[in-house]
Amino acid sequence: MGAGTDLGRVRGLGAAKDGVHHWWLQRVTAVANIVLMLWFIYSLVALPSLDYSSVTAWLRQPVAAVPMLLLIVSVFWHFRLGVQVFIEDYVHGRLRILAMLALNFYALAGGAAAVFAVLKIALGAA
Amino acid sequence: MAEFSLPANSKISSAGKRYPAPAGAKNVRAFKIYRWNPDDGANPRYDTYEIDLDETGPMVLDALIKIKSQVDSTLTFRRSCREGICGSCSMNIDGTNTLACTKAIADMDGEVRILPLPHMEVIKDLVPDFKHFYAQYASIKPWLQTVTPNPSGEERIQSVEDRGKLDGLYECILCACCSTACPSYWWNSDKFLGPAILLQAYRWLADSRDEMTGERLDALEDPFRLYRCHTIMNCSNVCPKGLNPAKAIAEIKIMMLERAG
Repeated sequence: MGAGTDLGRVRGLGAAKDGVHHWWLQRVTAVANIVLMLWFIYSLVALPSLDYSSVTAWLRQPVAAVPMLLLIVSVFWHFRLGVQVFIEDYVHGRLRILAMLALNFYALAGGAAAVFAVLKIALGAA
Repeated sequence: MAEFSLPANSKISSAGKRYPAPAGAKNVRAFKIYRWNPDDGANPRYDTYEIDLDETGPMVLDALIKIKSQVDSTLTFRRSCREGICGSCSMNIDGTNTLACTKAIADMDGEVRILPLPHMEVIKDLVPDFKHFYAQYASIKPWLQTVTPNPSGEERIQSVEDRGKLDGLYECILCACCSTACPSYWWNSDKFLGPAILLQAYRWLADSRDEMTGERLDALEDPFRLYRCHTIMNCSNVCPKGLNPAKAIAEIKIMMLERAG
């Protein structure tokens, strides 16, 4: 593994040939978050009231449900990518693999629950 | 895991000595300097030297040389050119990494605290170990590489415009002020190349005469080697040569994106 010399340690396992995709998706989801979050805040402010029936009536419309689903996917994706960076920064060794496993499960489960909630309202009986 | 406190043998003890100014000195300034000797088994300490600035040159390096030659010859530091071109006297002065030879004493107030570059292994006093840093530099192959055979008996021609693209890059003196100011480099310097080496990497990526751009990008495309940079920008803040390593890193990321499509 070439760990016997300074240059050997630096060369290590070599470059992962990966990273640009993660970096770019973090930017894409960041821009999407700005646009969708502004839409979300604007929509809530524009509602006549924030009680259960008016919010569910709003979310039942396709023009609200579809951006809401996009917002959920974008936010949870961005969260997963961002926390991965945090883990890579501070958690070293094999513990990092366990942390990534927990992160992936949490982000996917959280996103799925939120998507299900929106679909239940949007597609459920009124 | 990242370490947020010093190991027990690196904690700074309160055993430091104070060397008072000579009698009659009017313009006195105290220099509080990190001292550690690998041979005495003791923890590091701060020694404080009171210096008569009327008898000292204007730069921090002048004060260090005065201390070493007239007050305490055991004080150990690197220096060579005394004009900001060799990069030897990089250290943490008054909380900022910079070159002792170009840092004016008059620009600081009160006691001047001097430490070695942060998060480097210390060899002695203000001398850090650069072995790993230099190995990282060697790893990016900092020399011109071509596929085209060398021109016989001729120069490699470069337009004035293409040469201009190396301005702001070629001036780097590898003092490591930027890399050792970077939190990402503190936590992950085993794999992250750090701002100095990435600026040097871009110096060769930006060179119109070099033909190994793809191979150079291949070697950098890595979550740790390149993408530990989170644009904290300490590097560009501290560079004593006024260079912008953060911009060079951003240019590398743009090249990566252009290539990936």
